[in-house]
Amino acid sequence: MSETLEFEPTAYHVKKSSEGPALEIKDFNLWYGDTQALFNNNLEIQKGQVTALIGPSGCGKSTLLRCLNRMNDLVDGLRIEGQITVDGFDIYARGVDVIALRKRMGMVFQKPNPFAMSIYDNITYPLRVDGVTKKSILDDTVEHALSKAALWKEAKDRLNESALGLSGGQQQRLCIARAIASDPEVLLMDEPCSALDPIATARIEELIEELKGSYSIVMVTHSMAQAARVSDNTAFMYLGRLIEYGDTDTIFTNPQKTRTNDYVTGRFG
Amino acid sequence: MTSYNQQLPPASGAAGVAAVATKDTIAPRARRRYSADLSALGEPALWGFGGALALGIIMIALFLMVVLYNGATTFWPKPIDQVELTDGSVIAGVERRGTIFRPDLPRLTEDQRAEVEANDGFAYRTLYQTANFDLYGDDFQWVADFETANITQPEDFYYFERQTWGVFVGRIASMTIDGQEMAYDPAVLRREQRAARERFTEIRNLERREIGGLNFQIERERLNQRRAVLRMGEDGAAPVVAESQARIAELQAEFQELQARVNEIRSTDRRYTVTLEEVGGRQIAPEISQIVRYYPANAIGFFDKLGIYVSRWWEFVSAEPREANTQGGVLPAIFGTVAMTLLMVVFVAPFGVITALYLREYAKQGRITSIVRISVNNLAGVPSIVYGVFGLGFFAYTMGGTIDQLFYPENLPNPTFGKGGILWASLTLALLTVPVVIVATEEALAAVPRSMREGSLACGASKWQTIRYVVLPKALPGIMTGMILAMARGAGEVAPLMLVGVVKLAPALPIDTFYPFIHLDRSFMHLGFHIFDVGFQSRNSEAGKPMVFVTTLLLLALIVTMNATAIIIRNRLKRKYATGQF
Ligand SMILES: Nc1ncnc2c1ncn2[C@@H]1O[C@H](COP(=O)(O)OP(=O)(O)OP(=O)(O)O)[C@@H](O)[C@H]1O
Ligand SMILES: [Mg+2]
Repeated sequence: MSETLEFEPTAYHVKKSSEGPALEIKDFNLWYGDTQALFNNNLEIQKGQVTALIGPSGCGKSTLLRCLNRMNDLVDGLRIEGQITVDGFDIYARGVDVIALRKRMGMVFQKPNPFAMSIYDNITYPLRVDGVTKKSILDDTVEHALSKAALWKEAKDRLNESALGLSGGQQQRLCIARAIASDPEVLLMDEPCSALDPIATARIEELIEELKGSYSIVMVTHSMAQAARVSDNTAFMYLGRLIEYGDTDTIFTNPQKTRTNDYVTGRFG
Repeated sequence: MTSYNQQLPPASGAAGVAAVATKDTIAPRARRRYSADLSALGEPALWGFGGALALGIIMIALFLMVVLYNGATTFWPKPIDQVELTDGSVIAGVERRGTIFRPDLPRLTEDQRAEVEANDGFAYRTLYQTANFDLYGDDFQWVADFETANITQPEDFYYFERQTWGVFVGRIASMTIDGQEMAYDPAVLRREQRAARERFTEIRNLERREIGGLNFQIERERLNQRRAVLRMGEDGAAPVVAESQARIAELQAEFQELQARVNEIRSTDRRYTVTLEEVGGRQIAPEISQIVRYYPANAIGFFDKLGIYVSRWWEFVSAEPREANTQGGVLPAIFGTVAMTLLMVVFVAPFGVITALYLREYAKQGRITSIVRISVNNLAGVPSIVYGVFGLGFFAYTMGGTIDQLFYPENLPNPTFGKGGILWASLTLALLTVPVVIVATEEALAAVPRSMREGSLACGASKWQTIRYVVLPKALPGIMTGMILAMARGAGEVAPLMLVGVVKLAPALPIDTFYPFIHLDRSFMHLGFHIFDVGFQSRNSEAGKPMVFVTTLLLLALIVTMNATAIIIRNRLKRKYATGQF
């Protein structure tokens, strides 16, 4: 990131939600040790909408996403500046209950990461760590979450088998089911479809379509087509900077920055 | 590439254009690939590694075969030889082994000297187990080849295993049944021997269980009195003492009754004897109840031998030792080994796992944790006897001494916990093996993918919940591997145990039927120490030698069994979460 490129200010043309922003990221900078990975990002994630994060590999999409539920706390030598607020609360303020915060945000990771437990236990895990023990609630949640993640048909007869016995794509759908099991407000998805075939991908996109409105979804994707299909707003990032953030149609048809244009038309990245 | 090809001489002959073309373009590549020098391919290294592995396996296999062969053949009944010597004397015994030796020439006769000198001064000699220690003062005798005139195997020689004095080899002259002397009758003797052994077992049970129990209770009453006196003073304790005294009187009456019963059986025993005659004609007349086992060594067939073989093994694993551990069984040692090892696992498992958890998951990684890690690794290299000294000094004398003063003052100056015992032994071994568990657990924890932890945290689980539900189950097989290694090391360790509680002969097992049932202060027997003691510490080391192999075999079998059990449990756990990914 030693490039001495001139970066103009971010171009904004955001399609606002009637419910206002779910997350506000203000003047956000982040360093891994001495290397700065995010530069002065400013964006508002709209409530009830799908926001796509796109950009070339290594530009900081995952980093930004992981800041939203403070997953980055685990990284040694991490330093941040700026604010991220949820309903007006700064999530990086002192004394914030990180666990409560994470319970409001479901997260799907780039690589499927089911636990070494049965399928049933995987999905009920967020509820069980919350102290829910009632069998009927857990049963209902499993069926509901698995159906939404398009896995119910395949998994309903093997709920008590190990989740590690599922195929890669099934595992990813299981992780999506797990993320929505606790009914979070925000869903953070880091390339949820990178391990999936086109049919499963289509199902997940349907799911996203179905969930938006009740959930705010932030989704990292490498597929322009997917971003164009499912998202309302798209943020284009490059080398840790937010280059352009706004209405998906505009980004893909009439971007305001040449760099965005180059990227979405496949000229670089 | 192209230029390289062009330098090749064109292929001669009309071998077909296609073939020529192929040769020109492909052959050089192929040659270059396959002529890579051996060291690049790693072939010599491979042979080296394979050779080292083979050598290692051969050495282990040889060791196991020696143990297995000697251990397995020890209990097989062998014939009794009657050896006539050139000087006219006759001995009888079981051939045990032979060696070449250099005889002391001046002490030999003319003929013998000539024979030995023809052999460059060497001769062969055989070790006979002549037994009859009570008559001969020794169990074994060397006989050189040049002294041997004639060897026969008379069918009327018997091999007697006695409760005391070891083996007797000789003939049966007569027997006394219920005070009546009569001629030897095989059927009668067999029947009477069985009955006499039952009486013997009855006496032993009476003495061990009932009388031993009474003694234990009387001793406890006595200690109760002392404790009461220590707490309340002479006057205050008077009622307690009086009550206890009454109970002691009761117990003593019971004791007398049992003693009378034992004496009665003993007097019966004395009316059943058998008169045995050694090869030289001297006779002894032991009570039949003293004869554990007897058989006409030269007159029995394969199946009788097999029966004896099996019964000896059974005695070995199910009975207590006799004759300074050189005969009989090793049940207390098996029990002690297993109990001590399991107790060690009980201590080492939580301690090691919790330490590793803290070190890996909670402690801030830095200079201090690395120092701790290095120290833990180095602890694994400390000689085990040092742990023994530490265990004796810290556990037994310091901790045990304090416990005695606080809880068992009535017994002082006799130590209760302030000496070696199974508790201190297993704690010492736990200390010895804890580095193995810590290292294995740390590695298992580190191998849990970060993504799994993140998945759990993202679900809103706390750090402890993540560790408890996600990390530990995933790391469990690795932790179990550490436990198995620790167990194997702990079960085979002897040196530190000699300082902290192992004894040659334990009067009682650490677990029995008297409250509080588990007596962690008691000393115990151990197979490893048993090997050392029988083979190298006993008065009669020649007699103990075969037992060394048998006990080694048993110890190996025991450790293999314990490890196999642990491995099966571990594999169950692994299979529970089979990883059939992608
Ligand atoms: N734990 C970490 N420690 C140090 N540097 C990191 C760490 N994680 C990410 N980085 C760096 O931060 C930058 C952004 O990484 P990030 O994972 O956010 O990229 P990304 O946009 O998600 O890329 P991709 O599309 O390949 O997933 C990269 O240069 C990466 O090397
Ligand atoms: Mg990424």
